Amino acid sequence: MSEKEDSGFLVALQSGDRQAFAKLVEDTSTQIYRTARQILGDEQDAEDVLQETYMKALKALPTFEGRSSISTWLHRIAVNEALMMIRKRKTPMVSVDDNMPFDSDEESSGMEIVDFCCLPEKELLTSESRQFMDQAIQRLPETLKTVFVLRDLEGLSIQETVDVMQITENNVKTRLLRARLRLRQELAGYYAEKVEKEKSK
Amino acid sequence: MSKHVHTEKCSAMLGDLSEYIDGSLHAEICAQIEEHMKTCDNCRVVVNTLRKTVELYEHCSDDVELPGEVKERLFAKLELKDFLIKADTSK
Ligand SMILES: [Zn+2]
Repeated sequence: MSEKEDSGFLVALQSGDRQAFAKLVEDTSTQIYRTARQILGDEQDAEDVLQETYMKALKALPTFEGRSSISTWLHRIAVNEALMMIRKRKTPMVSVDDNMPFDSDEESSGMEIVDFCCLPEKELLTSESRQFMDQAIQRLPETLKTVFVLRDLEGLSIQETVDVMQITENNVKTRLLRARLRLRQELAGYYAEKVEKEKSK
Repeated sequence: MSKHVHTEKCSAMLGDLSEYIDGSLHAEICAQIEEHMKTCDNCRVVVNTLRKTVELYEHCSDDVELPGEVKERLFAKLELKDFLIKADTSK
């Protein structure tokens, strides 16, 4: 992700070199697909976003200014496409103001205290629990989900996430914390039964 | 299953936990959090499970691969078929 792009490659890309563009697609398409897939929770939609991202990138490359890395730039296009697709969906999204300051009292009320760290790895990562984890991401409002996907699933830095989302660093951090806490809560609820079983062994 | 009985101290550290588990928090605040966790089981569980949650998700995200046919259609759409590097082993 953070590899320095050599200027030769960028020049080739911007002058329409097909081979350079093919290399870019080769190197980045898995990440872009994954990001879209996680935000949208749907493979067909993710594929549409994937194609649209590179179509747009191809057109916009000559004006790419290199203020961020190409990979960050591609993520930004993909995230915007994915969010646009969500807005077009029939089901209205619950709008949550996730730029509100973090309210620790509100977030900590009703917190599940289940120490699922003690569970063996194979219990934690069954195919059923992986499915649950996927669904838990989809239950996040898209503002939280997007930040979580970029930072924790795609491994972007806070700064790269800021560049993709075009929101303040504080907003990124607050959204990330909220997303993580909600997912932790979901997993605590999910693993509670298994933890009880493990204890009674 | 017990619910979190939280004191003001517990609430106060919650806002810093994300940065704490990322190791990007100021050393002084880290020390405060660690001091608090010594005496508060609930917060220790919250911190440990929060870290575990992130780890589990990181672990799983590596598995999502770009399906071969999706890649082929992408290269076709972009008129890059000539440059498509076929994977030797078909998954
Ligand atoms: Zn506490």
